[in-house]
Amino acid sequence: MIRRLHALLGAPLLVGVLAIGHSLESRAEYADVVLNRNSEKEGMRPVVFPHWFHRIRFRCKVCHAELGFKMRAGSNLVTMGDIIDGRFCGACHNGEIAWAPENCDLCHSGKPGLPPGIFGGHETNGPGIW
Amino acid sequence: MPHRKFLSAFAILCASIATAHSGNWTKLSEDGVHDPRGPAIELLQYPGDALSNLPSDTAGNEVDWIRALRAGVIQPRPSIDPDREDRRLDKDIYLDLYGSMPSVRFPHLAHTEWLDCSNCHDHLFLPKRGANNISMFLILQGQQCGVCHGAVAFPLTECSRCHSVPNHEAQRIVAAIEAAEKEKQAGASDGAVKRRDAGTAGPRKDSPNAGKQQ
Repeated sequence: MIRRLHALLGAPLLVGVLAIGHSLESRAEYADVVLNRNSEKEGMRPVVFPHWFHRIRFRCKVCHAELGFKMRAGSNLVTMGDIIDGRFCGACHNGEIAWAPENCDLCHSGKPGLPPGIFGGHETNGPGIW
Repeated sequence: MPHRKFLSAFAILCASIATAHSGNWTKLSEDGVHDPRGPAIELLQYPGDALSNLPSDTAGNEVDWIRALRAGVIQPRPSIDPDREDRRLDKDIYLDLYGSMPSVRFPHLAHTEWLDCSNCHDHLFLPKRGANNISMFLILQGQQCGVCHGAVAFPLTECSRCHSVPNHEAQRIVAAIEAAEKEKQAGASDGAVKRRDAGTAGPRKDSPNAGKQQ
C-alpha cells in the first residue's frame, strides 16, 4: 500500500522534474554558436551565429579558410573594429553581400547571460569540449 | 481481415507523408539562445522556413547537406575572392580495418566540396595512412573528426555513416591500393635506374627514354 502511494506521488514528481529540466535545456538549432566574450561587457546582447543559415549561402571553407575563423567555438576574438575594417564577419556584413554592421540587434540577438559556445540539440551534449 | 490490413497500411502511409518534412525546428523565441524580448526576434528567419525545403535527414539540422549541394538545391559560394582556387580531391581513405565495427570510408570529395585542405591538414591529420591515431574517445571529446562531427556536421549518433564498409571488403580495397602503389614505386625506381644508366652511358638515340632526358 505504502509502495503504491510512493509510486502515485513519485510519478508526477518525476514528470515535473523532467519538464523543468526540459524547459531549461536549450533547444537551439543544431550548431548555433553564441559569441559572448565581449558583447555583454560592452553592454550588448550576446551574438547568435546560425551555421544553418550561413551554410545555405557559403561553403565552410569561405569562413574557415579564407576569412580565418578557427574551428573551435570561443577561439576567435572578433571585435567590432575587425568587422568594420572588413575582417571576419565584416568580409560580408558590409552592406553589399549581407547587412551592414549598423544593424546591431540582428546579430546581437542572444539571451543575456549565455556563455560563449556551440549549442544545438541533444546530439551535442554529453562528453565534449565544444 | 484484408480491409483492416489495408486501413493500417494507409494510416502508416499517411503518417510517413505527414512526418517526412515536418522537422523538429524550434521557434527562435523558444530556442533558449535568442532573447524573446529582443527587437530582432520577428525579423530573423525561422530555421524551419528555410530547412523544410531542403532534402531531409534524421539528425543534426535534419537536412542532408551533401544531397542539397549535389542536387543544386543550394548553391553556396566557394569563396569571396573570385580568384581563389576551389580545391577538390576525389580520393577515399579506408580506416579501422580490423576493429569490432565495420571499417570507415572517408570520402575526400564530400569533404572538399565544403572544406579546404588546410581545415584538416596537417594540424588535425597528417596526410599519410596509418600516421594518425584516430580514436572514438578523442572524437567524442571534440578532437579529430569530432571538431565538426557532433558540433556542425552530422552528429556522432550516426555510427554507420562512417563505419560503412565490411572489414574484409575494406582490407581487400586497401591491399589493392597498396599493391598498386608498390608497383608504381617499383616502376618509378626502375625508371630512375634506367635514367642513371643512360646518364653514365651517355644518351642513346635508340633508348625509349632518350627523348625524356632533355
